[in-house]
Amino acid sequence: MKDAFGAPQSLLVLGGTSEIGLATARRLIARRTRTVRLAGRPSPALERAAAELRELGAEVRTVAFDALDPASHEEVLGKVFSDGDIDMVLLAFGILGDQARDEEEPLSAVQVAQTNYTGAVSAGLVCAGALQAQGHGSLVVLSSVAGERARRADFIYGSSKAGLDAFAQGLGDALHGTGVHVMVVRPGFVRSRMTAGREEAPLATTPGAVADAIVTGLRRRSETVWVPGALRVVMSALRHVPRPLFRRLPVR
Amino acid sequence: MGDTVTPMSVDTVSMTGWGRTAPTTALRFRPRTYEEAVIAVTGRGPRGVVARGLGRAHGDAAQNAGGSVVDMSALDRVHAIDPAAGTVVCDAGVSLHRLMEELLPLGRFVPVTPSTRFVTVGGAIGADVHGRNHPSAGSFTRHVRSLDLLTADGTVRTVLPGTDLFDATAGGLGLTGVVLSATLALRPVDTSLMSVETERAADLDAALAGLAATDDRLPYAAARIDLMARGKATGRAVLTRGEHTPLDALPARARQAPLEFRPARLPAAPAYVPEGLLGRTSAALLAELRFRGTRAARARRLQRLSAFLHPLDALPGWNRLHGRGGFVQYRFAVGGGQEEALHRVVRRLSLRRCPAFHAVLQRFGEGGSGWLSFPVPGWTLSFGLPAGLPGLARLLDRLDDEVAAAGGRVCLAEDSRMRPETLAAMYPRLADFRALRAELDPDGAFRSDLSRRLAL
Repeated sequence: MKDAFGAPQSLLVLGGTSEIGLATARRLIARRTRTVRLAGRPSPALERAAAELRELGAEVRTVAFDALDPASHEEVLGKVFSDGDIDMVLLAFGILGDQARDEEEPLSAVQVAQTNYTGAVSAGLVCAGALQAQGHGSLVVLSSVAGERARRADFIYGSSKAGLDAFAQGLGDALHGTGVHVMVVRPGFVRSRMTAGREEAPLATTPGAVADAIVTGLRRRSETVWVPGALRVVMSALRHVPRPLFRRLPVR
Repeated sequence: MGDTVTPMSVDTVSMTGWGRTAPTTALRFRPRTYEEAVIAVTGRGPRGVVARGLGRAHGDAAQNAGGSVVDMSALDRVHAIDPAAGTVVCDAGVSLHRLMEELLPLGRFVPVTPSTRFVTVGGAIGADVHGRNHPSAGSFTRHVRSLDLLTADGTVRTVLPGTDLFDATAGGLGLTGVVLSATLALRPVDTSLMSVETERAADLDAALAGLAATDDRLPYAAARIDLMARGKATGRAVLTRGEHTPLDALPARARQAPLEFRPARLPAAPAYVPEGLLGRTSAALLAELRFRGTRAARARRLQRLSAFLHPLDALPGWNRLHGRGGFVQYRFAVGGGQEEALHRVVRRLSLRRCPAFHAVLQRFGEGGSGWLSFPVPGWTLSFGLPAGLPGLARLLDRLDDEVAAAGGRVCLAEDSRMRPETLAAMYPRLADFRALRAELDPDGAFRSDLSRRLAL
């Protein structure tokens, strides 16, 4: 159960090697979390992540989960929930892709869309159903500012996140009053493995800062969280910039 | 019971405790008869069932995420009042407010009342509530002569004091079953007024000394502590003591209707209040006004019973004043001789400038027989803090450690955030409680968010 401050006792991270996911898990273990399930494709990195969290005192297990195989989600995630209540699900998987290559090779673009959007729709719905049966819990969805307005530089990734964002918002409304809380987190440029080597955008942030914002959002039962918070204002302005002008804005 | 034509009301609702934190959704049944209560319990789903009264527990004691919650407030018949024996038989959903309305004209009063009279008899048993007269009167279940308990198998058992089942149910947070009705012993009163004395205590030691010196003549005693005062004034308080006014102490005019029960009632708090209204400034201001507004020396006056015992009940929905984020109530007790721990807690809160509201220090007398009953002989301090206060979660964890190290305990009925690890040290009879539940209710029919969170 979550306590009065929204701190969960059990956590399921979908995308168990995600830096934001692990930073969030570390902060939550320092509070109330005792049970962690890291779901992801079996890999040494996943086991290392589990071992690291175990050292912090949590009971951690890894779960073989593939976002690109939606047919298996029901069974894999159903088993996690049947072992006990999950107070919080963090939907943290996603790939950035390579915009230039993806434009050349439609199939690799499709993979971005399938991971970030289709996979998340499937996993999100399965988790939402299980949380609803529990009558409580938070589903935290990692979206991105890239989904707020498509840009030339990363519109394939951006469009997948736009779809995910719209899906999560709608899911949140659908679950309103069921005891399940859906939180959409929109970080800006996050300095992490995923963005290594890329040019940094203004208002860049870190996995730790995103994790802090998630913990605060849980307490406030926020529905939308921007990281950093200033992006809310920046993006609502950018959203209304006319297309001809928007095209001419610097890429980063 | 009569034929019920309309079916029992069942709906799916989101519920919180009085602190308005951690909402969860459950199927809510509202039985009007014992038979309907049996149906609600036996027809429970896999996530179990728990009874709920008027939702005054601050935390998640009367919530059951994804399961059933039996709202007892429609089961509210007062069956029999025996003025000679001084007892009343009533349903568990009867509120103490209603009992007072019925009993005061007969010159009887509820022997123990918490700081609100809007709790049900069932809730008062499940939380084993205490009042300001704890040193002399004990907690609520001391005055329960018998109770009818609906258990997991759908049978109703009459439970008498002195049995294991009674001790597990007294303060058992509704986890042994649903209390359907109870027989309570009452106390006689001549009037519905209280003779009240107030005085200032310059610091915590003075407040403790003042409470310790309370004599039997004034059985109700409490100290409103100013937790924001610092330096030499740390723990300064306003001491209030009272007794039921005897008839001959009333002025002539009041003697015409000495047992009149007419509690004041302000308009309800608005549904939306900005968070932070009850922040540091208002907490400090209120505390300052209270302290300055009290005469330095003892002053004696007559006060309505409701104004003395349940001042906050005059403002319906006052919990909304903390805004959407809600508030966290912290109540702990430490044994006599552990005043130093009390000092440390008060110092910690005052150094942090915590905007604590309704901070009350009381003395506890002998504890009750309930295994999870909260009172232990010594001291109890309670206060409410806005849930959004930065660093509050960690601060309260440290207070838990402080309290546990001093052999004290945190009140479960008001808890909304404790760690399961700290529990066993605080409640030594927990193992007995678990064993009895395992035997009586092997499938865990009675469950709540609290019991899940703390693995009770």
